[in-house]
Amino acid sequence: MRFADARLDSVWQKVEAGERLDRADALTLFETDDLLGLGRMADHVKRGREGDRVYFVINRHITPTNLCVLSCSFCGFARKPGQAGAYEHTIEDMVAMVKDETREVHIVGGHHPDWPFEYYERMIEAIHQAYPEVQIKAFTAAEIDYFWRRWKIEPKDALARLQAVGLRSMPGGGAEIFSPRLARLLKYTGKADPERWCEIHGIAHGLGLKTNATMLYGHVETLAERVDHLLRLRAQQDASGGFVTFVPLAYQEATTKLVPRQTPPADSLRTIAASRLVLDNFAHVEAYWVTLGEETASVALHFGADDVNGTLEDERIQHLSGATSPAGVAREQLFRMIRDAGKIPVERDALYNVIKVWN
Amino acid sequence: MLERITAKVLAGERLDRKDGHWLLTEAPLLEAGALANEVRFRRLPERRVTFVIDSNPNYTNVCITDCQFCAFYRKPGHPEAWTLTVDEVLAKIEFAAAKGATTVLLQGGHNPELPLDYYLTIVRETRRRFPQVTPHFFTASEIRTIAGVSGLDMTDVLDQLWEAGQRTLPGGGAEVLSERVRRRIEPKKGGPDAWLDVHREAHRRGFKSTATMMYGHVETPDDVLDHLDAIRLLHDEFAGFTAFVPWSFKPGNTLLEKWIKHYQGPNAYLRMLAVSRLYLDNFPHVQASWFSEGKRAGQIALHFGADDWGGTLFEENVHRAADYVNTVGVDEIVTLIREAGFAPAQRNTEYEILRSY
Repeated sequence: MRFADARLDSVWQKVEAGERLDRADALTLFETDDLLGLGRMADHVKRGREGDRVYFVINRHITPTNLCVLSCSFCGFARKPGQAGAYEHTIEDMVAMVKDETREVHIVGGHHPDWPFEYYERMIEAIHQAYPEVQIKAFTAAEIDYFWRRWKIEPKDALARLQAVGLRSMPGGGAEIFSPRLARLLKYTGKADPERWCEIHGIAHGLGLKTNATMLYGHVETLAERVDHLLRLRAQQDASGGFVTFVPLAYQEATTKLVPRQTPPADSLRTIAASRLVLDNFAHVEAYWVTLGEETASVALHFGADDVNGTLEDERIQHLSGATSPAGVAREQLFRMIRDAGKIPVERDALYNVIKVWN
Repeated sequence: MLERITAKVLAGERLDRKDGHWLLTEAPLLEAGALANEVRFRRLPERRVTFVIDSNPNYTNVCITDCQFCAFYRKPGHPEAWTLTVDEVLAKIEFAAAKGATTVLLQGGHNPELPLDYYLTIVRETRRRFPQVTPHFFTASEIRTIAGVSGLDMTDVLDQLWEAGQRTLPGGGAEVLSERVRRRIEPKKGGPDAWLDVHREAHRRGFKSTATMMYGHVETPDDVLDHLDAIRLLHDEFAGFTAFVPWSFKPGNTLLEKWIKHYQGPNAYLRMLAVSRLYLDNFPHVQASWFSEGKRAGQIALHFGADDWGGTLFEENVHRAADYVNTVGVDEIVTLIREAGFAPAQRNTEYEILRSY
């Protein structure tokens, strides 16, 4: 491969030989001006693993509550009790959000001040009993850690109890950026720290639960902090092996305004490509279209991403639906995103079992 | 094939149709993009991306040509049909000039009621009253309409526009320069020569113009190559094109919407830009159209061979009629170009730099 930035030559030699990239290589990937050189390397790796396949899932996000004891600076979602817009869903509400075609339920919410752990347990159990075929992916490591902080339930016990009533996997949220500097600056010190976040994922992996990992980028973090984050995830994956997908999350500036604008698409493409190259022990890297926008997510399928997440917003789907089924309409939208990139849509479940190849 | 094309590009050899076909249909997108980007930097070593402060008003929506891809026009006598007076058009140009525009791209439907003098007066008065504004008026098919209505030859109309002070023409109305495509989507507009001859005669007289392409409807890769071949060949004659500007067809509210529900997305666009930068080896500039493809795709496009960001388009009605709307101000353009990693510079209609940021 020919590169505009000669520094990529030595990285490419390693990539081609299947050698692991080191910290300096990773930093080069984030710093280079040669966006397409970086992308071509990531595309090479992605195609070697998955060919032209790109995964998606018919899923439903459920957010049980936006009440949260934390005050993270980057979060525009959390509310305090009594504050306008605060809500708490009942278990019946949440069961009703699942549809027959849903394959995955993704449950993440605020750190509720009072809900007992048993409420979460019953939530999972009720959804699982109503829809035994639906795979439930629930509660970030930050929430699992909060069950310990609030109710002194050890993560191993919490996860085992949830698993017993139907939990199948864990989402990768709450990682933010693994940086003590940013934890202080952005007021998320009250949340599982990097060691704890990784420890909890390790425990989940030990129980046989698959999990995802995320990184919140595009705010006030440095490129070196992004690299540290990826290297820590890679080390944890070496140790416990249960991560399935890495999901870089572009910071949404909407209400919290840590930075005036969302990071540009080239930065998201760069982050996806660099992640694909550095996280050599992760099976999948996702272009999460909801935060990237459909255009950037579609282009990202040439920059190392092999997954676009799913259909997500029920409201949106219903808005678009008309006569066809909501899932059918949502599929069409994802197909456009995937096929515009010349890729083959593969419908999966939460654990990446292939449901259908949509040729 | 990539090796063959890379070798040709690096040696400065012209790509042939076989190369073009492979680039359009099979080349890995980022390989085409990286090569196009390399060509872009070879031609323009600075990381500069230009933009123009412009407006894109229309003087009439009355049109007798019934193009199937158009949501803007109304037939004569239709209740929503309108035509502006000369004074109303000049008021729009005054509005654009007051906002700092240096280019006004004025175009309209093919209105059989408007005399030659209407057009010439607009040009003359624009020159007289707003000398800082370049009148970038009337596409090829409008010039043919003017000629037909006035019983003149197309070349006479060009001569008179020149005389009135016009020096550039917009490149719209090309769609895809292929007999088959034009017969299918715009049977009343004539074949490729209807567009090419006007630009040839304009270039012969010293006019500069842009070349456009609207893709994403009924064309095949061969039709696209017909288009690229035709404009490359024409540019060899007089070097009259300033830039190539492709955009995707927007089906909203058009007759073609019955068959084509969605516009082609960003990957198709990036490929088109990259291929055109490689294939149109004689074209000075390739434009990333933030307006037609969205700001995100526009920013990414700057890494795929494009070196121009287009304009502010203070007013635009054709995409709007298809329910596709984007807006941007000068400050945001400067920010968007910088964010993408390039140095913004304001240009005029003929791509001369007016101000670097």
